[in-house]
Amino acid sequence: MLINGVAIDDTFAEAFGMKSTRILITAHNLKWAYHSANAVTGFATSVIACGCEAGIERKLAPEETPDGRPGASVLLFAVSTKELAKQLERRVGQCVLTSPTSAVFAGIREGEKLPLGKNLRYFGDGFQISKLIDGRRYWRVPVMDGEFLAEETTGMSKAVGGGNFLILGDTQEQVLTACEAAVEAMRKLPNVIMPFPGGVVRSGSKVGSKYKALMASTNDAFCPTLRGATKSELSEDIEAVLEIVIDGLTDVDVRAAMKAGIAAVCKFGTDGGIRRITAGNYGGKLGQFQFHLREIMQEAAP
Amino acid sequence: MSALTFKLKAQPQQRVDLSPLTPDTLAGLSNDAIAAIELQSGNRKITVGDLFDISSGSASSTDDETVSVIIENGCSKLDYIGNGMTRGSIVVRGDCGAYVAFNMRGGALTIEGNVGAYAGCGMKSGVLRIAGNAGDFLGAALPGFRHGMAGGTIIVSGSAGERIGDHMRRGAILIEGNAGDYCGSRMLAGTIAVLGEVGEHCGFGMKRGTLLLSSKPQKLSALFSDCGTHNLNFLPLLIKSWRALPGRFAEVQPRKRVRRYAGDNANGGKGEILVWAD
Repeated sequence: MLINGVAIDDTFAEAFGMKSTRILITAHNLKWAYHSANAVTGFATSVIACGCEAGIERKLAPEETPDGRPGASVLLFAVSTKELAKQLERRVGQCVLTSPTSAVFAGIREGEKLPLGKNLRYFGDGFQISKLIDGRRYWRVPVMDGEFLAEETTGMSKAVGGGNFLILGDTQEQVLTACEAAVEAMRKLPNVIMPFPGGVVRSGSKVGSKYKALMASTNDAFCPTLRGATKSELSEDIEAVLEIVIDGLTDVDVRAAMKAGIAAVCKFGTDGGIRRITAGNYGGKLGQFQFHLREIMQEAAP
Repeated sequence: MSALTFKLKAQPQQRVDLSPLTPDTLAGLSNDAIAAIELQSGNRKITVGDLFDISSGSASSTDDETVSVIIENGCSKLDYIGNGMTRGSIVVRGDCGAYVAFNMRGGALTIEGNVGAYAGCGMKSGVLRIAGNAGDFLGAALPGFRHGMAGGTIIVSGSAGERIGDHMRRGAILIEGNAGDYCGSRMLAGTIAVLGEVGEHCGFGMKRGTLLLSSKPQKLSALFSDCGTHNLNFLPLLIKSWRALPGRFAEVQPRKRVRRYAGDNANGGKGEILVWAD
């Protein structure tokens, strides 16, 4: 399969079931909402060492937020309910509660409830005030710039983590440019985040290592500098490979994001130095979800 | 939904307990069965048929759909209207006596006239709308009871008497007119908002909860501490929650600047009187 001269491999991305929640962070203005949202989603690229994967889903206009202020919608993904609850509490406690003028609200109403302001309220040392408005409980915690307002709980959703595709091209610069365009296109879609810096990851990994202590190590088959030294997957014209990882609330969301991203990359074509699109998997034995690249790209636009 | 109309034939000599006339108890009953229901009036029993002309608005009131009850020619001797109701609606054209919406659990209760004392007493959920004035102890606890209203919303388009929300536990009381003395006394939690004036001793003995006032009370107890003027971010949410309600509270513009008085300091000081500041 060729799109604009770019070869689409007959392979699939393997993704895993995760637990996810959405929170809405608002502030006096968008700048401060983003300061808080950027902090909440900081150091959340991979569950391997960060505890969760998180990203800003989109900007929220004042009329979209519960308190009528500008804000940002944030998605967090973790491997278990327990870990998600832990990460949520830590991150909101350290990055939203602390951020001037901020407030935090549930972004998902359905599903099992995770504590949001429920435990953070104790920061109020007895001066915290509960308000039940329209059946939802909010906590008003006195802080040095006024009050921190937090909804008591947020809903949790089953989710899909680890959807991905790899972009192979002529030069590092060309592949990066194509990836930037892909991430920009994907960020327009709801219910997905690309958790790595700028949405792009360069250190794809394989399972196992020559060192006993390591569970995973560099994916040497896709390292261009090892083309002659290892059993390489790369043809001679490939000088750089980058990957885009997608976490989404449902497999449909991940699928749509992959489609949008791959389409954006393929627009650059061979003239733009893009040669091939492939995907990462573990032979289909580990993940619950498989996203076959050719199948996705053949589907009519949703 | 089937509608049942009860037209009061003549003003009763004694007070009448109308507890049985709720959508819950009337669902599935024929007009004859309803007319035979006994009501306590003073020290004797009378039947619904003695007191009211009954007519049903739809072809059959015997289905178990939600019933809407209309009481016409209401008067101040009719007590316990909507006692323990959980669903459906009751509309009273005229005045009511005491204990309107007593222990109400859900549904909508609208009084187009005035109500007596203890309206919304023990209320847990639902909406009570009073188009006229309310008597004393609106949403309060009965004497000897530890908690007053524990949920739901009361809207009074006129004014309300003394001891509004005494021992109130949860929910909202919204008063478009004026509030009498001891408004929010011994309040445990919840919200009371008043668009008019409040009487003396407002917030007396309040433990927690919020009194939201349009203007600073003439006499504010020395047991309330002035905390200054602030922007409170929960207020736009609260105002937004009023949008769907009938009456003037739906038109309150979003704002968040209030002067905050914390008290009653003789009872922990965790309550607050908020006065709109701009």
